[in-house]
Amino acid sequence: MTEPTPSVAILACGALAREIGALLAQSGLAQVELVCAPAILHNRPERIPAVVDAKLAELRARGFRRIFVAYADCGTGGELDRVLERHGVERIRGPHCYAFYRGVEAFLAEAERDPATFYLTDYLVRHFDSLIVRGLGLDRHPELLPVYFGNYQRLVHLAQVDDAELLDMGRRAAQFLGLRHEYRWVGYGELAAFVERAVRSSADGRTDHRLLAGHSGTGDRAGGTADGSPRARPAIPRSHRSRRDARAAHRNRRLSRRVAKGDTGSVRG
Amino acid sequence: MSQQGEELDLRELDDEELVKQIQDDLYDGLKDEVEEGVRILLERGWQPYRVLTEALVEGMRIVGVDFRDGILFVPEVLLAANAMKGGMAILRPLLAETGAPPIGKMVIGTVKGDIHDIGKNLVAMMMEGAGFEVIDLGINCDVDKFLAALEQHRPQILGMSALLTTTMPYMKVVIDTLVERGIRDDYIVLVGGAPLNEAFAEAIGADAYCRDAAVAVETAKALMAKRHNRLAAGA
Ligand code: B12
Repeated sequence: MTEPTPSVAILACGALAREIGALLAQSGLAQVELVCAPAILHNRPERIPAVVDAKLAELRARGFRRIFVAYADCGTGGELDRVLERHGVERIRGPHCYAFYRGVEAFLAEAERDPATFYLTDYLVRHFDSLIVRGLGLDRHPELLPVYFGNYQRLVHLAQVDDAELLDMGRRAAQFLGLRHEYRWVGYGELAAFVERAVRSSADGRTDHRLLAGHSGTGDRAGGTADGSPRARPAIPRSHRSRRDARAAHRNRRLSRRVAKGDTGSVRG
Repeated sequence: MSQQGEELDLRELDDEELVKQIQDDLYDGLKDEVEEGVRILLERGWQPYRVLTEALVEGMRIVGVDFRDGILFVPEVLLAANAMKGGMAILRPLLAETGAPPIGKMVIGTVKGDIHDIGKNLVAMMMEGAGFEVIDLGINCDVDKFLAALEQHRPQILGMSALLTTTMPYMKVVIDTLVERGIRDDYIVLVGGAPLNEAFAEAIGADAYCRDAAVAVETAKALMAKRHNRLAAGA
């Protein structure tokens, strides 16, 4: 293959893969490679900095001249920024995606006025069942609903694309959670300008002196496919079962209450 | 209300096994079974405080460890906490009867703009389990609410929780107000929440950051002892 490796990459949260893909496609001449980390890290933000660190090192080794990070702080409490500073790369501003889709200042002002709001983006609407319902265990334990959402009054769907089906899915999500539904089309918000900058930087490599890592030119684009994997993280990963098994074996004389109760426990089994 | 045959089974266990079983049932979020186990230990003459610490608090400590290690996720923690709540509801009146004074008092709340409360509730529960009296102000607490509660309840400890990077700076607003009023040193200020860290706690002038509920209990006890010694030495 003679196709050149793009010199600019966007490293993104998987929850943004589709949207960034759409923006890159819109820009037409996108010589920008999109690389994603699993969206499910959202629920384990303390792991984001290390994953991003490793991916940046990988991208550097592959010779990207400039890397844009499409991650907000995302609850890393500044830890992500420390990693990015070390690599000399920048990220989209803001505390989380809800804020940069809506516009950071507008979001913060509204969140302060009305904190009892749960936000969904198109991504979360699409994956509501896997990430919210199953991710929070509400399918297996509907009694937890008030524990999670008892303090909330409304659900605001910050929509990226105008889509009747998504609108309807958002409405049903609100219904499920027992919240008032509000729909707001905000488009890509600040993400559009951010991607635009990456595209411009790829079109004009000569003006950029910030990152002069040598080209390794492997041309391996396959490895960089977006992983916006919508699959829910199982509430209890496999390692848990083995650990539980070990514990059970250790005290094998004791009862297995769950089995005794006839509860097959989808989480565990 | 008990399932057939199970009561018998639990009663067949010796004390040590029963305690382990309660811990396991707590881990599995089985509230009815935990309550039953607690009752049996009490019937066998265990002191309420011993049931609380050895069965419930220790069980919840294991849950906390596995949560930190990514083995359990939030729903399991919530179910376990609910099971523990069931056990504590049985023990609370008995503990009150013993007349033992609380080892300290804590006012705790989630700061303004933030309505995450799972972690805060867990801390409140474990602090209570450790013998503290806890006044929980709930969520979205502004500085006036914190100040009013400090005035009213006169606790030794103020706890603040924040899960959002956008709300954690509000902790500094509260601490700065305490400083302005000249009452900062009257309290041990503990802060927590996933996006925080020690450096942040230090920067805003808190006494300590606590990574989880178990650390919160240890830290509270340690700082209370230190304070006690300091007061004794200064007196
Ligand atoms: C569960 C959850 C929710 C639930 C909350 C339910 C509830 N009743 O609290 C729901 C789904 C409703 C929710 C809503 C939102 N959430 Co939320 N949520 C989480 C999640 C996945 C887990 C938090 C949790 O409960 N953990 C379990 C408990 C046991 O752990 P913990 O809170 O850390 O508490 C322990 C310690 O920190 C410590 N501790 C905690 N407080 C205190 C206090 C003291 C005094 C002490 C000593 C110790 C201490 O001890 C606790 C027990 O061991 C986190 C991600 C994460 N892993 O942190 C995101 C997360 C915090 N949420 C986030 C966001 C953005 C939101 C929303 C804005 C999202 C939205 N779609 O609208 C809203 C917020 C609305 C608002 N105004 O508050 C972001 C924050 C990002 C950021 N930049 O700050 C996170 C990090 C997810 C992410 N990566 O984007 N959320």
